[in-house]
Parts: sequence; structure tokens; C-alpha cells
Amino acid sequence: MTDLNSSAEQGDTPRPEAIRKLAGISKPHALSQTADNGNQGNTPDAEDSRGPQPAAEPGPLARMAKFNKLDHKVTIRNLNFYYDESQALKNISLPIYANKVTAFIGPSGCGKSTLLRVLNRMYDLYPKQRAEGEVLLDGVNILRREQDLNLLRARVGMVFQKPTPFPMSIRENIAFGIKLYHRLAKSELSGRVESALKQAALWDEVKDKLNTPGLSLSGGQQQRLCIARTVAIEPEVILLDEPCSALDPISTAKVEETFDELKKNYTIAIVTHNLQQAARVSDHTAFMYLGELIEFGNTALVFTTPSKEQTQNYITGRFG
Amino acid sequence: MSDHHIVSSYDAELEALGRKISEMGGLAEKMLSDAMDALVELDTRLAQLTVDNDPRLDLLQREIEEQAILTLARRQPMAVDLREIIATIRISGDLERVGDLAKNIARRAIKTYSELHLPRATVGLRSMHESAAILLKDVLDAYAQRDAERAKSVWANDAELDSLYDSVFRDLLTFMMEDPRNITFCTHLLFVSKNIERIGDHATNIAETVIYLVTGESLPVDRPKGHSSLNETPAKAAN
Repeated sequence: MTDLNSSAEQGDTPRPEAIRKLAGISKPHALSQTADNGNQGNTPDAEDSRGPQPAAEPGPLARMAKFNKLDHKVTIRNLNFYYDESQALKNISLPIYANKVTAFIGPSGCGKSTLLRVLNRMYDLYPKQRAEGEVLLDGVNILRREQDLNLLRARVGMVFQKPTPFPMSIRENIAFGIKLYHRLAKSELSGRVESALKQAALWDEVKDKLNTPGLSLSGGQQQRLCIARTVAIEPEVILLDEPCSALDPISTAKVEETFDELKKNYTIAIVTHNLQQAARVSDHTAFMYLGELIEFGNTALVFTTPSKEQTQNYITGRFG
Repeated sequence: MSDHHIVSSYDAELEALGRKISEMGGLAEKMLSDAMDALVELDTRLAQLTVDNDPRLDLLQREIEEQAILTLARRQPMAVDLREIIATIRISGDLERVGDLAKNIARRAIKTYSELHLPRATVGLRSMHESAAILLKDVLDAYAQRDAERAKSVWANDAELDSLYDSVFRDLLTFMMEDPRNITFCTHLLFVSKNIERIGDHATNIAETVIYLVTGESLPVDRPKGHSSLNETPAKAAN
């Protein structure tokens, strides 16, 4: 019982709901107040989505998660998405927490990449694709017509499955984006380039060859270059669409290594087919299937005791 | 939940682990009942047989551990599969200890063969053994059927064995005070009773593991406790 007490002290003030929970009294939605943190709407919260729990006390991970104060960076509410006539997302509601990594998993075609593309309105480039519902970035709906897309994409950066360096030098690859948004003195610009490369854990490997073409780097280095390019313009949210699917394990490890550092400053959403990667790098996991959100919750719980059968079947390789 | 993995050899690996646990469970149960029979019926041949059985249990445990580690490395199991493998590792450890404790009882059966016997002193041990054997059987059934409720009842029922242990402890002290010639035999029986009590503890460990396997939840640290002999002085206990 001693460690129960100590974890209770981690919260700023002991909340009555939390105490009830520790005492083993389950009360539906008692947690929504703790995790929701005064936020908008009735989106499912990570810790709340499991509904009322049995009276047995929760494990240490669940308890730890409960006492973290979580802010919504992005709140997705009743989102529907259509490719022409076919509906790719069905009434999705979930939060993406600030300074956390949220992973989206699910079989091919489940809509996870589509969801990511909605978050910076990448779909606007294509006719006949439309989204309905609300995506609130810091409380402001980015789906509204008058949203400035360039501004949005500066706040919500994206890294794609295949590394896409520009055909220019390593330095220029990163400076290019910065110049679009800021006027900086040359010295300040190189400072930003260096800091971006450091955040993407690439600096040590390229510091002596900043003027060589970005395309001369290895696949793993190119992907980290793309991450550096994204962080260089200091976005608030970084979207990663299967960033490691074309990389070898060592490059993958190096990319994953950057996440811990990046989430101090950014909110990260990642789509991945690699379940172990989702389990390793994310704080929250959303499992999607056929355009629907099946389960959203704390990663530690989703991968050890998922609450939905479909999630269990998928992550244990029983889907078929 | 679908029963089958897309990769069928994965199913085969998990099934093989489950079968080995059942085999260990059967062997441990038999060792315990043989050891108790040997003790009460002064059967040194049976006692020796029980001692000789222990290496088989140890070998099974090692095989389970090796297979479980290989499966972890090969499949990176998630969710229920992960809990399944962790459970086999834990349960095999508990069953191996049950075997060790049964072996110790068998060894004492051999040692006490030539001592002065006091048949009424073994009566309490018999009830302890019955109670422990039921716990062990129930928990193994709970594992085989993935029955968390049944496991939970084992977990709660261990208190009964604890209180039996408490009363056997008092009885043995009384016999020793009555006649010092009983001391050697009764001291051996004290150790035997402690061993049986420990077997009950392993059964509750297994029960906790089964509950974790089925539900993913851990039980509270505090378990209903029945015995108090640890807190009492012998003189007080004998009164």
C-alpha cells in the first residue's frame, strides 16, 4: 500500500475522484474530470475511455497516467471524411495531448493516414475530398473555410513515409523552410539549422558536410533530415506518417531516439504499422478499423490489456 | 476473441507451453500426495521415489523458461499473448518450488522412519495436506480453464490453510511439552507443516498469476491472513 500513497502525492492536490478510485470505489467517468483538465466537449479521454473499472486497484502504470495533467493540443470531434462518395473516417472523436506522442495503429485502409492528413488539411490539395466535423487546434477549428493553410502547415508539420529531401544541400534543405516564414540574419539562420539538426539527432553525422546534397545521405539520415526540416520552422505539432517503414533497425532506433527529445517541445502524432514501435515510442495509442476509432487509451494499457476484442485480435496477430 | 493466430506455429508454441505447465502441475500434485503418504505410512520406498521425481520437475521448468524466452524473442508478443508467456514463466517457477517442498517432506519421511512415532501428531498434518491439495488442484484447474473467479477463491481460501497451520503448530508444541521423547519427531513435523503452508502460498501466487493472465489486473498486496503463530511466543501458544 505504501506505493499507492506515494503516487497519490504526485498529484498537486489529492482529488476526491482519485481518492475514491484508490479506495477501490468505481464511479463512472470519475476520471474525466481529472484528465480533461477543463477542456472542451466530451471527447473520450485516454484514461476515461475504458469506462468504469472493476474494484481491483489499477496497476502502477495506470495510476501514474492518471495523475499526469494532460492538455489537449488537438481535439478531434465527430470527424467524418469522404473521398468523393466513399467515407474514410466515421465519426472520430479523440484528443491529442500536448507534449505527448500519440500513435495511430490499424490495418491498411483503416483511415489512420487519412486522419493524419486532416490534421494539417493536406487533403485540401485534392478536389472531391472533404472533411466534416471539428478539429480544434488550441481550441480553434482548423476545418473552417477561412483557415490560412500556410499558417496551419507552419504550425502542424508533417514527415512522410519515404524521405523527401529537396534536391539541394543539407543546409539549404533546412534553411529553405525557415526562409519562407522568417527573415533571419545569416548567423541566426545557421544557428537554427544547427539546432534543428541537433533535435533530429543528425548534427554529429553531417556537421562537416552541410554543403553536400541532401540526397547523398543514407535513407535513415534523409528521414532525420526531413524531421530536422520540419522542426526548423518550429511547428507546434509534428505528424509522422510511417516515418520508419523504409528504414533499417539502426536508423529506426535513431529516429525513435529523437522522439523523447522532440516531445519536450512538440506534440507528436505518428502513424505506424510497427506495433512494437507504437508500444515503444507513444504515450497514447488509437486503434482504428474500417474508418472507425475502436479504442483509444494509454499505450501501456492498450498493449497489455486492451479493452476491446478487435484491438486484442489485431495486436496479437489474430486478425483474419 | 479468435482463437487462432495468423501464424499457426505461434499457436503451437503457446499450446506447447500450456501443456508443459499442466504436466508440471500433475507431477507436483503427485509428489505432494506421495510425500505425505510416505510420511504417515512410514513408506521409505515411496519417499525415495518422490525425491527421485524432483529432477524431472526441474527439467520441465527449465524447458518452459527456454521456450518462453525463445517465443518472446521470436514473436514479441502483445496483450493476452504477452500475459500468457509471463504467466507460464511465473507458474513454472511456483510449481518447481512446490516440488522442492514436497521433496523436503519426502526426505523427512525417510529421516523420521527410525524415530519414535506419534500417530496422533500427524492427524493435523493430514488436514493441512488435504487443504493444500485442494488449493493446488483448484488453481491448476483455474489456469487450465482461464477462470479468474476460481483463481480468486483459491487466493481467498489460503487463509484456511494458514489457520490450520496455526493449530498444528500449537498441537505439536503441546505434544513436545507432554513428553520430551516426542521432540525429535514433532520437530520434523513442524518443518513439514511449514512446507505445506508454503505450498499454499505458492498456490495463491499461481492464483494471482491466473487472475493477471485473464484480466490483466493485479490483486491488492494484502491478502486475507489466517495464522498468528509468528507473533506468539511458544508458551503463549501452548496455553
